Amino acid sequence: MTSPILATEGLTVRFGGHVAVDAVSCAFHTGELTAIVGPNGAGKTTYFNLISGQIPASAGRVLLRGRDISGQSVSQRTRAGIGRAFQLTNLFPNLSVFENVRLVVQSKAGQGMNLWSMASRHAELTEAAEAILTRVRLIGNRDQTVSELSHGNQRKLEVALLIALDPAVYMFDEPTAGMSVDEAPVVLDLIAELKEQRDRTILLVEHKMDVIRTLADRIIVLHNGALAADGDPATVMASDVVQEAYMGRELEDV
Amino acid sequence: MIKAVLSGDMPRSSVLALVLGLILVCLALAPFLFPGVRTVDTAARICVFIVLVASYDLLLGYGGIVSFAHTMFFGIGAYGVALALTHMGRGFDAILVGAAAGALLAAVLAFVIGLFSLRVRAIFFAMITLAVASAVAVLVSQLSGLTGGEDGLTFKTPRALGPAFKFGDELFGVKLNGKLLSYYVVFIGSLVLFLLMLRVVNSPFGRVLQAIRENDFRAEAIGYRVVYYRVAATCLSAAVAALAGSLYAIWLRYVGPDTTLSMEIMIDILLMVVIGGMGTMYGAVIGATLLVLAQNYLQNLMGVAGSLVEGVPVLPQLLDADRWLLWLGVLFILSVYFFPTGVVGRLRRG
Repeated sequence: MTSPILATEGLTVRFGGHVAVDAVSCAFHTGELTAIVGPNGAGKTTYFNLISGQIPASAGRVLLRGRDISGQSVSQRTRAGIGRAFQLTNLFPNLSVFENVRLVVQSKAGQGMNLWSMASRHAELTEAAEAILTRVRLIGNRDQTVSELSHGNQRKLEVALLIALDPAVYMFDEPTAGMSVDEAPVVLDLIAELKEQRDRTILLVEHKMDVIRTLADRIIVLHNGALAADGDPATVMASDVVQEAYMGRELEDV
Repeated sequence: MIKAVLSGDMPRSSVLALVLGLILVCLALAPFLFPGVRTVDTAARICVFIVLVASYDLLLGYGGIVSFAHTMFFGIGAYGVALALTHMGRGFDAILVGAAAGALLAAVLAFVIGLFSLRVRAIFFAMITLAVASAVAVLVSQLSGLTGGEDGLTFKTPRALGPAFKFGDELFGVKLNGKLLSYYVVFIGSLVLFLLMLRVVNSPFGRVLQAIRENDFRAEAIGYRVVYYRVAATCLSAAVAALAGSLYAIWLRYVGPDTTLSMEIMIDILLMVVIGGMGTMYGAVIGATLLVLAQNYLQNLMGVAGSLVEGVPVLPQLLDADRWLLWLGVLFILSVYFFPTGVVGRLRRG
C-alpha cells in the first residue's frame, strides 16, 4: 500500500479538564472516502478543526504527505492541500455568489497580492468560477448577494467553495445538513463524482446512514473523542461498539 | 477609456455620476470658477481630504480595520515636507525627498504597529493606534526644536509655487501666478492618488480585503494569509495618507499639530467616510466635499438664515452663526439615520 497522504498521530486536544479529542491515530489514503461517524459531542468537528488548523493540538501531530504540519496556520495548510467545507455555513455574506467562488479561484491562482491589474479583467479566473457555479447548479444565482440566498443554496455554495479550491484532501462536515430532500442529491452527486476521480482524499462527517452506506469506502467511529472503530463499512457497522454506542441511538433518531 | 481610468468601478447611479462629475469640474476649475483666497483654499482642502478619507476608506471600508492613527500618518507626510523644505532649501528636490521620506516612514511605522497588533485581533490594532497616535502628538509638541512645538513650522516652498512668481498676465481675470500652480499641484496630485486607490480596491488584492472584512475566518480557510493582507493594507493606507499630508503642507506652507495631527481631524475623517459611504471610494469624494463645505460655509449660511428670520421668536437664536456646530451635529445624525450606508450607498440603491 502507498504511504498515506494524511495522517494524525496521537492527536489530542484538551479544553480545561475535558479531553475533546483523545489520542486519535489514523491514516488516510488517496482515492479513499472515509466517513467519520459518532454521536453528537464525540469530537468529529473538533478532529476536523485540528486537521485543518483552526484549533492547535494539545499533543500529537498532523502529517501531510509525511511532513509534520502541526505548526502551520490554516492558510498554509490550505495552500498545502487541505480544504474544508464547514458544518455551519461560513461564507462572505455581502458579496455575490460569483465573487465568493472567484475569491477561491483567485487564491488558488496566487493572485491575491496583485495590486495593479483589475480583478474583473482576469478572464481565466472568471471562467473557472463560472464553471464551478455551473457544476453546483448555482449559475442562475450568479449575481445574487449571498445573504439573500436560500439555506439550501448557501449549503451548495459552501460545497462549491471547497470544489473551487480542489485540494488534495477534501473535508466535508455534514454537507447536506438542513438541505431539503430535493437539494441534497446535488451535493451528494458532487461528492460521488469526486470519489470516482480516485485522485482525491475525502473525509466526510455525516449522520445519515444511507449516505454513508452508498459513499463510504471506510468508516471510522469516534466516541468520547477516542477512535472506537475503524474499517470497511460492513465490518464497522456490524461491530458491537457501533451497535451499542452509536447505531442504536442513531437508528432510533432516524 | 473612462472605464479604464476608473478601474472598472463605475458610479452605478446616474445621480452619483452627475454629482461626482460636478465635483470634479468644480475642483478642476476652482480658481477660475470661484476666484478668491478663501474659496480656492477650501477647494484645495477638499482635494487633500478626498485623498485622506479615501485612504482611510481603504482601511476601514474595504479592510474592516479601525485605526485612530490616520492623522498621525497624515502629519508625518506634512512634517516630512516641512522639515525637508526648512533644512534643504526651497527646491522641488526637497519636496520629493520630504514626501518620499514621509511616506516611507509612515509605511514602516504602520508595518511595525500592524505586525504587532493585527496578528491578535483587529480591535487590538485600534487601541494601539490610539496610543501611538497620542504619543506622537505629544512628542511633536514637545520636540519644539525640531518641529516648532505647538506653533508649528512656517517654511518657504519653491518660488514657482509662490504668489510672487508670475508666468503670464491674466486668464479670465485670474492672476497666473505660483499660487495657481500650487493649487494644480495639489489638485493633480490628489486626482492621481485617488485613481491609484480606486485601482487598488478593484484589484485582486482589493477583493481579498473585502473578503477579509466579510469573514476573516473563511478568508484564511481558502488560503489567504489574513495578517499579511491586513498589514499590507495598513502600510498602503498610511503611505497614501502621508502623501496627502505632503500635498497639504505644500499648499499651506505651514504645518502645526492643529492642522495635521489633532484628534479633531481624525473625527472629521471618520465623519466623512461614514457620511459618504464606507467601502465605496466615491464616498470619500462626497463625504469630504460635504463636510469641508459645511465646516467652511455653514456658519455664513446660518448668518444669512438668521438675519432672514429676524423678529420671529426663538428662530434667530437657533440659527445664530455661533450654533453652527450644533447644526452640523444634527446634520450628521440625520444623515446616518437616513443613509446608514452613506450617501453613495443610498444613491446606488436608487
